[in-house]
Amino acid sequence: MGPLEITGMARLVLGLVTGLAFGFILQKGQALKFHKIIDALRLRDFTIWKLMFTAIGVGMIGIYAMNELGLAKLHIKPTILSANIVGGLIFGAGFALLGFCPGTCVGAAGEGRLDGLYSGVVGLLIGAGLYSEVYPYLLPRFLKIGALGKVTLSQLFGMGIWPTVLVVALALGAAVWFLDRIDRGARAKAKPPELTPSPINA
Amino acid sequence: MIRWVRQREWPWWQAGILLGLLNMFAFYTANYYLSTSTTFSRAAGMILGVFVPEHVATNAYYQVHKPVVDWQFMLVIGIFLGALLASKLSGQFRVSLVPDLFAARFGQGTARRWGIGLLGGVLLGFGARMADGCTSGHTLSGAAQLALSGWVATAGFFIGGIAVALLIYGRRSY
Repeated sequence: MGPLEITGMARLVLGLVTGLAFGFILQKGQALKFHKIIDALRLRDFTIWKLMFTAIGVGMIGIYAMNELGLAKLHIKPTILSANIVGGLIFGAGFALLGFCPGTCVGAAGEGRLDGLYSGVVGLLIGAGLYSEVYPYLLPRFLKIGALGKVTLSQLFGMGIWPTVLVVALALGAAVWFLDRIDRGARAKAKPPELTPSPINA
Repeated sequence: MIRWVRQREWPWWQAGILLGLLNMFAFYTANYYLSTSTTFSRAAGMILGVFVPEHVATNAYYQVHKPVVDWQFMLVIGIFLGALLASKLSGQFRVSLVPDLFAARFGQGTARRWGIGLLGGVLLGFGARMADGCTSGHTLSGAAQLALSGWVATAGFFIGGIAVALLIYGRRSY
């Protein structure tokens, strides 16, 4: 048992196929659309929030169940509070300026939104390249601040795995339910389309 | 089934469930997780390697994340192809240079979109590598594994994103 050990060329093909499904689902889920992402960040449209919370919840239950059955190994990234927080906030600023995240800007390009390519991918390559250059200087100091190792919420709360999964699943479910109510309310209140000025003339 | 594949959109819950299942598939088949941003480091290393190979060979970051094509690199190429296929099947594919909402705020100019978007992309790439992951690796996969790093980074992504998006666009309709 355990995860499959696919190597070599087959592994690359597998990556391509997995990515194909990833891009397909993101496109159908409307997650590649600039206005959907910006409106998610402006807290006007929670479609992407709901999609994301659902994906986390299903993934969490599935991955831990598979881990229990010996079908999957966990890959917990170490926590480095300084880097996770500062890097996260820098990422967030870029997220709002570009209107895409790394995966969605590649997907957006596939949908014909070429700004995902000429702004997004080009910027990502520069930004990632810059980080490689400063990494040697950050390693001995900054990246040691708040380095807690591979910590999980279950360890942090001192709770068992499954109780933690249950609590997080309930919290995600409640969040999705609540956000969906807001979305339905906003849609009910929305003006009829003929009264809304077109975005270009606004 | 064919009608479903050709639909213009799937409800958020269908797409969400499928993404969760796809992540399970990745864990089982590849012993890895949905993630994208390391690929941009690897690709940057490949491009840089053409001009200054000695530098790339000695840089500490490229020793950890070697500039090679791996499973995730192919996954990123796959995202492009999958989105292309999905949008072609529903007839939604349309070449555009500037998003409508961006144009409503900043005007139709491609140069402005290029500049602001490029700045965004640079911050995105830098921030993702510093945080050690992006909205795929930390949010979809890290948070799902209950990793503290995933939840902390995700909070950062969205606090930063919400603040800057509200600063630029406010909450009004365009």
